Amino acid sequence: MSQRETASKMLEEIALWYELHRLQERYIGVIDTDRLEEWPELFTDDAVYEIVPKENADLGLSVGLMHCYGRPMMRDRIVALRKANVFEPHIYRHMTSGLEFKTIDPSTVEMQSNYVVVRTMSDGDSAVYQAGRYFDRVVRTAEGWRYQSKRAVYDTSRVQTLLVIPV
Amino acid sequence: MNEAVSPARTNEARAEKLVCFPRPDGSRIPYKVFSSPEIYRLEQERIFRGPVWSFVGLEAEIPNPNDYKSSFVGDTPVVITRNEDQSLSAWVNRCAHRGAIVCRFARGNTKTHICAYHQWSFDTRGNLRGVPFRNGVKGSVGMPADFDLAQHGLQQLRVDSYRGAIFVTFSDQAPSLYDYLGPNMRPGFDRVFHKPVAYMGCTRQWVRANWKLYHENVRDNYHASLLHCFFSTFNLFRATTSRSEVLNGTYGLHNYTRLTHAPDTSGGAAYKQDGVSSFKEGLQLADPSVFTMKEELDGGNFQIQAIFPQLLLQQIQNSLVARQILPKGPDAFELVFHFFGYADDTPEMRAHRVKLANLVGAAGLISMEDGLATEMVQEGTAGSGEAMAVVDMCRDAIDDPQNASSISESYIRRFWRGYQELMGL
Repeated sequence: MSQRETASKMLEEIALWYELHRLQERYIGVIDTDRLEEWPELFTDDAVYEIVPKENADLGLSVGLMHCYGRPMMRDRIVALRKANVFEPHIYRHMTSGLEFKTIDPSTVEMQSNYVVVRTMSDGDSAVYQAGRYFDRVVRTAEGWRYQSKRAVYDTSRVQTLLVIPV
Repeated sequence: MNEAVSPARTNEARAEKLVCFPRPDGSRIPYKVFSSPEIYRLEQERIFRGPVWSFVGLEAEIPNPNDYKSSFVGDTPVVITRNEDQSLSAWVNRCAHRGAIVCRFARGNTKTHICAYHQWSFDTRGNLRGVPFRNGVKGSVGMPADFDLAQHGLQQLRVDSYRGAIFVTFSDQAPSLYDYLGPNMRPGFDRVFHKPVAYMGCTRQWVRANWKLYHENVRDNYHASLLHCFFSTFNLFRATTSRSEVLNGTYGLHNYTRLTHAPDTSGGAAYKQDGVSSFKEGLQLADPSVFTMKEELDGGNFQIQAIFPQLLLQQIQNSLVARQILPKGPDAFELVFHFFGYADDTPEMRAHRVKLANLVGAAGLISMEDGLATEMVQEGTAGSGEAMAVVDMCRDAIDDPQNASSISESYIRRFWRGYQELMGL
């Protein structure tokens, strides 16, 4: 491969990394700034979103905290959060690191990254609420990159009190 | 002249001072029982190491010889194992040598459990099999001549299972597990465990509240459609349209509620009439499949069965869960939700059960508030002195187990009467 070809390939990779990174930043942005109604819009119509403890994932077991199959179930989660579920107000701050990705085809990418969610309660108490790893499959659509599946596999198996906001 | 006082009498006298239940019917609960370290210590002795059977897991979690899982009975770490001959064993996870945890893993498979500290090794039954340098090394004499391996095994516990649910007890006084569950509780197990089950995984919830508040919560039908607005808001359960049946057992401490629900066509009239602020009218789920029932069990789409002190067995539609309640000090408990299906589930049915996992647990659409409710009481009762809870709903009613009101606190009162009896309070 010529020097020029190598440079051009690297530029392509940087461009892709930038686009994927932008998607991730947008994802944590809608959650951390309470624009949860926009959260389902970052997924494809038939996308799968799941939050599963690592202890089950390691054993090949499927059960987790949240399993949304398609945008309607994601919207129901947000409607329930706004209208029905009762909880003490709190906010998340997401930290992500170590984004890795693998191109499956020109419009499909699999990516992984670490996440830490710090939760702050209404009394001002902040604590690490959940540490884990995202396993994502994203596809290129007319609106840009969207999640076709997102699986948050969490290490912090003891969930403090409740989980109502998606991670 | 001093009268001889038996240890039991001393305990009773001490307990009397600890806390006072002023009414014999269990309708006044001194808040102190939710925060007192002395009460907590007494519970460990009289309940968890007393004549009860504590739920520790499902047989389906340890199906093969030498499989094991770590768990707890109250505060005490225990391990449950499957022996070569398929029988079950349970032992306290505390080395017979110097008290270290022997098994440091949540689950696994091994013939020999070795304490990492000094490599003392035990078989699956908890018998001591080996002590390094027992006969000395380089001229040292080793263990004394009278050291007998058979005398230094791990503390072994009575273990038994009913329909695949495993229980253990520290007590020789406890009746058989079959009798402990009794004729009112066994039918619930016979129904849910009518064929072999498969373990689907667990989730855990940590709650900063006293463990008994959760027992109150699960016996409290009054709160169900008021706190859990998901039920009433989306017309999945309303107190006005559901028929329930409640059975009570051993010491009044077990409780079995079965509900059959018919959708409310009145638009929630009773909730509006009473001005229930948590009630929202007219909302529908975009995808109601999260709450559908595929026919598989006869009668009743809702069964909640509490087996004191560590189990809550639940069937909500096709969601089958054994919730284990583990006290973690006076002001914290952990819930371990053991999800299961049937061994012969089709892949579609298994996927449906995973979808229904959305309903229960820490993120459960219909139950996430339970942890919060108990924490609210824990917070609210801090520094409450001699204050007490008022548990009067349906106190004048005549018990009718066949047609119990879903707006009743009768089974909370039964719980506290049983608790007092067991604790000698």
